[in-house]
Amino acid sequence: MGLLESPFNSLLCMLLGISFTVWFTLLLVFIVVPAIFGLSFGIRTLYMKVLLKVFEWATLRIERGAKEKKHLLYKPNTNGIIAKKPTSLEEELKEIRRNGSGRDLDGSSPTFAVSDIFYFCRRGVESIVDDEVTKRFTAEELESWNLLTRSNYNFQHISARLTALWGLGLLIRYCCLLPLRLTLAITGVTLLVVFTTIIGFLPNGRMKNFLSEKVHLMCYRICVRALTAIITYHHSENKPKNGGICVANHTSPIDVIILASDGCYAMVGQTHGGLMGIIQRSMVKACPHIWFERSEIKDRHLVAKRLSDHVEDKNKLPILIFPEGTCINNTSVMMFKKGSFEIASTIYPVAIKYDPRFGEAFWNSSKFGMVSYLLRMMSSWAIVCSVWYLPPMSRQEGEDAVQFANRVKAAIARQGGLVDLLWDGGLKRSKVKDTFKEEQQKLYSKILWDHNSSP
Amino acid sequence: GTYGIAQTVRELSVISHSQITRLYSRFHSLDKGENGALSREDFQRIPELAINPLGDRIINAFFPEGEDQVNFRGFMRTLAHFRPVEDNEKNKDPNSGEPLNSRNNKLLFAFRLYDLDRDDKISRDELLQVLRMMVGVNISDEQLGSIADRTIQEADTNGDMSISFSEFIKVLEKVDVEQKMSIRFLH
Repeated sequence: MGLLESPFNSLLCMLLGISFTVWFTLLLVFIVVPAIFGLSFGIRTLYMKVLLKVFEWATLRIERGAKEKKHLLYKPNTNGIIAKKPTSLEEELKEIRRNGSGRDLDGSSPTFAVSDIFYFCRRGVESIVDDEVTKRFTAEELESWNLLTRSNYNFQHISARLTALWGLGLLIRYCCLLPLRLTLAITGVTLLVVFTTIIGFLPNGRMKNFLSEKVHLMCYRICVRALTAIITYHHSENKPKNGGICVANHTSPIDVIILASDGCYAMVGQTHGGLMGIIQRSMVKACPHIWFERSEIKDRHLVAKRLSDHVEDKNKLPILIFPEGTCINNTSVMMFKKGSFEIASTIYPVAIKYDPRFGEAFWNSSKFGMVSYLLRMMSSWAIVCSVWYLPPMSRQEGEDAVQFANRVKAAIARQGGLVDLLWDGGLKRSKVKDTFKEEQQKLYSKILWDHNSSP
Repeated sequence: GTYGIAQTVRELSVISHSQITRLYSRFHSLDKGENGALSREDFQRIPELAINPLGDRIINAFFPEGEDQVNFRGFMRTLAHFRPVEDNEKNKDPNSGEPLNSRNNKLLFAFRLYDLDRDDKISRDELLQVLRMMVGVNISDEQLGSIADRTIQEADTNGDMSISFSEFIKVLEKVDVEQKMSIRFLH
């Protein structure tokens, strides 16, 4: 008897056929169709609540287990590990000198005290123990355990039940959730490429824009479900409008999917090769996105011109830009590059805050490539985040681009509960510029001269 | 390993287990090469330290003479100088010798920032070099020279035109060194 005639094999084929059909029907009904219309069954929110309860239990269990076995637990330092005094160079030097020497000073030459060195010394050592910048480029530490070994520092065998739970979690995430999510992701991306290419054949006009909008939204929503992203949008009345620039803090490439599943934007970015390139080229057929060649990015005037041309056309979608220029770990907002703030248009700031308990969304590009990052995303529990649309802002009289950028950044940081830093996100890879050290030296020299003028 | 850390704890006698764990975590995050030791480049990657005018001198304090790598034990020993002095009261052990965070040892740490060639004397030239690091290009050579001269003149008691450690201590006797050179842990 040949293989094809075996009744067992035909049974197998039938079963496979049925399960595929059921699978795809469920997919269609519960995910794709709601994605098209922007509806939700509330399944994900329920899932989130259940997970939180489980995490709480797991954390308590670990703490109890550690107490019983007299292990010491490592508690992450969310507020810094040392107490830093906020005194400035000037205040401290004055204080030390007042107490230190009783010399008479005649004000005709700069005065130096041997004790001046203490301030720089202590500040230097404080920054070695805990600094504001380097910790922004690695994932935030969690206070409770979310059953992912990748985020746990205390994982030892505490109890059979806990290990079993962890094992079950592993099974669910890699065998159920991951394949489902991969299927969805592939579906979403394929639909995006296919439909945008088809729409590209239509003549420019209202119909094309309408269809392009619907297609983009549908595909991004499918991708959102592919990540099991549970997003809460606040203040949707402030959503970006045509002719404006939408500005947001950057934590991961997923930010784009999160924002674009709730509104339509013109993307800005570098042209890539491979799969990304295919997606980019087909997207731009349906509606005008702004893709730059690598060489063009260096030319700031060219970039500014293309962006301003785009915002002047009120029929075109608002531009989405991440002025930090790199991914930061979502505990702070770093320096905004002034380029997008020099263009004369309304800025719509958006704050995005992820809840790290369900999955760490930060992309540490020096540690993980894009593919392994996406796989980690898809094998986490969920991506939970909040998006706040802030009221639009414009550059005021007498304000230059840098001040405007800082104002917008402060608003975003305040809303998202993030630390507002002046440091450049580029410090992830490059060294700090010498000008900052020169500023410190200038400040100290000024104090040497001015010491005599104030009591 | 853990024996080394226990030994270090005994030596330092004033750092708690959780603080050591935190410092180890910090050490590990600075150690980009993941070889269990820090190089000068690892320190220079900290932006706030890179813009500190005395950044290089402070980094140097972590490295023993002629060495380019510092392990965790060395890292902790250097940081131990900055423990607040009050903590010593809890661990009065007559056999343990002078703790690393005593007033004297804090002053010695500062002295060594000035003493570039580690010959236990601050010469005029060394003082000039450190001053130049602190002021950059903003003060002229002549003025810096006269500052150095005046400083040595006031401190030098034995007439050898340089500042020894005991002369250094005398100049700073009224300064609250314990407070200025201490870092308090939050937990």
